[in-house]
Amino acid sequence: MTWVWTNRDLIVGLTAQHLLLALPSIVLSLLLAVPLARLTLRAPAARRLLLGTSSVLYAIPSLALFVVLPGVLGTGILDPLNVLVALTLYAMALMVRTASEAFAAIEPDVLLSATAQGHGRWQRFVAVELPQAGPAILAGLRVVSASTLSLVSVGALIGVQSLGTLFTEGYARGFLLEIAVGIVATVLLAVALDLLILGIGRATMPWAGIVQRAGAVA
Amino acid sequence: MANQSLPRRSLLAGLTLAPLLGACSSSDPFASNPAATGSGTSGAGGPVTVGSANFPESEIIGELYAQALEAKGRTVQRRMQIGAREVYLSALAEGSIDLIAEYTGNLLGYYDKSATPTGADEVAEALAAALPAEFALLDIAQAEDKDSYNVTAEFSTKHGITSLADLAGYPGTLRIGGNPELAQRDYGPGLVGLTRVYGVPAERMAFTPISDGGGPLTIRALAKGDVDLANIFSTTPAIKEQGFVTLEDPKHLITPQNVVPLVAKAKLDDDLASAINAVQRVLTTDDLLAMNGRNAGDEKAQPRQIAADWLKSKGLV
Amino acid sequence: MIAALAQWFGDASRWAGADGIPQRLVEHLAYSALALAIAALIAVPLGLWIGHTGKGERIVVLLSSGLRSLPTLGLLTFLVIVLDVSLGQVLIPVTVVLTILAVPPLLAGCYSGLQAVPREVVQAAVAGGHSTTQVVTAVELPNALPMMIAGLRSAALQVLATTSVAAYVGLGGLGRYLFDALGVQDYTKMLAGALLICALALLTDGLLALLQRLLTPAGVRLERARNH
Repeated sequence: MTWVWTNRDLIVGLTAQHLLLALPSIVLSLLLAVPLARLTLRAPAARRLLLGTSSVLYAIPSLALFVVLPGVLGTGILDPLNVLVALTLYAMALMVRTASEAFAAIEPDVLLSATAQGHGRWQRFVAVELPQAGPAILAGLRVVSASTLSLVSVGALIGVQSLGTLFTEGYARGFLLEIAVGIVATVLLAVALDLLILGIGRATMPWAGIVQRAGAVA
Repeated sequence: MANQSLPRRSLLAGLTLAPLLGACSSSDPFASNPAATGSGTSGAGGPVTVGSANFPESEIIGELYAQALEAKGRTVQRRMQIGAREVYLSALAEGSIDLIAEYTGNLLGYYDKSATPTGADEVAEALAAALPAEFALLDIAQAEDKDSYNVTAEFSTKHGITSLADLAGYPGTLRIGGNPELAQRDYGPGLVGLTRVYGVPAERMAFTPISDGGGPLTIRALAKGDVDLANIFSTTPAIKEQGFVTLEDPKHLITPQNVVPLVAKAKLDDDLASAINAVQRVLTTDDLLAMNGRNAGDEKAQPRQIAADWLKSKGLV
Repeated sequence: MIAALAQWFGDASRWAGADGIPQRLVEHLAYSALALAIAALIAVPLGLWIGHTGKGERIVVLLSSGLRSLPTLGLLTFLVIVLDVSLGQVLIPVTVVLTILAVPPLLAGCYSGLQAVPREVVQAAVAGGHSTTQVVTAVELPNALPMMIAGLRSAALQVLATTSVAAYVGLGGLGRYLFDALGVQDYTKMLAGALLICALALLTDGLLALLQRLLTPAGVRLERARNH
């Protein structure tokens, strides 16, 4: 345990790096996936393409994507941007599907009555569709947040520092405590972020006692 | 529902994820993070980005360089644990790092696969000639860490094997453990080298790649008899602790591997050279053994601390 | 790049031997199948029990999301060291890690599948004199099967992509190509490995999707068609 105290700066620093990679990916995936899912909802071909692409993406091993991206993006091979883009892609792959299903699940009658009340298309989206799909999207976001946080570590294999560095370093010298610290820190981050997302959900969607149930299915 | 779709929307059918993400990648969320922008640093005299390979000793030496530079007032960025040689040399070439600790023999082998010098001086000379124009070497240290093939004492006695030259006469299939690169590279002390130099038939070698840089799993595999032969860095304290027998290398498959700083020429200046060379002048093989011992042994000290202590003990900071 | 890949796949030596594609493919499938089988042994009974009784759902949800946040690489290196396994036994920690990955989606598929069976249907079966076992096997299970397969699809997709880490600790599988390529920056081999893993995952997913359709009871299919 003295090791943990002696190296607290290292651990805190790596935790910050970890968050710096995960948070933008999670937020970006939400900001990109929700409009994409909604826009393609009534265009079956586009929707199929979107969902198909996301399945394919999800099946690509992360290590390979990290290594190949510099060639696609023109970034340096050590650029953390490679990891960030890859994580965003994976998060989107999950998010797009959840969001698409959430929008599709809205009862047509609800939409019709909104239109009948004179809501414009944008108004209807903001005032009706988003609140209706919100709980399911939020549940999806929780899954995305947990899996993204755990995926960041793989970047350590290509020299992008995160809590994953504690795994590769610990492995190279058979140091259990170091690896354990990395695992515990990752799980703590996941719990904290999950609570944050839940909190935001409760504050913005007080009607969603459904949040709990939707979370159960995802 | 389908009849609600307007023709305008079908344009989206052509939309894929790639262009969108391409667009968002141009705004760099890491711009404020100095560690991420190695390629943007200016020329000589400016900040230096120190890299390391993905094994502890490389990071320790990297820290020695980094802190020696910091002691001279230079701004240093660190990119440690990058990967294997092929990866960090690409990083050096593209400017993501400026300086990294290398080993003479293997670096020479990388640039000149047919090189056959045996003495440390010959290696140094050949390396200087083979090096790409945009890279430069600083002074070569006395300290050396090379690949070494090890067997257990029991295996050595039982089969009378004390030298790599004895391996060709081993009757069965040799089970070998080590880094994946040993089976992938066509230069250096890998499987290809064992065949070429010592005549061990390729079909009588069974290789298990272990990605821990000759670390605990490799050592355990040898100790437990999962492999007969393991490639472990010679400055690993466990070789002595476990009583392994390091096989002799009479035909010089493994070339001298002295520690040498490899620098991007564009970043080289006198101050940088003198700070690093001061480290190079005093660094010994025993120092490497001792520092690796602190890192992997009970203390589990971090490279940064180990380097700081060593530099202080040598009066370099 | 395409030409290099074509050349890589065209090389006859890639299709034979210990490092050949068939061998790596079989290893990859074997590691994955083993983990999925163990995960199913744990998740299916547990999921059915939860779905049937409605008990313990909250705990399982909490546990599932906890498991999901465990970093695979960390867990694997931790287990390899803590179990003090020899090279021959390294499959044990690999299987544990992959099983942990597969349990949450399988579990969710099972209990949400059972919960989705309309209560009236179950009540009708009970009223009709079916025993608990009969209710589960004859009514709940067939109706829940499509969602259970959906859980299996999600688990299989994740496991097949993640089995690559086996190569990090000295095992084979298609991940071997990734880790071997990583060390020497062999982009072609890296891409080839990724393509193979991706293709395997998608093919498996396609087959399971087909199975999912076939296993959906005709009545349920009809009902769904009417609702949409």
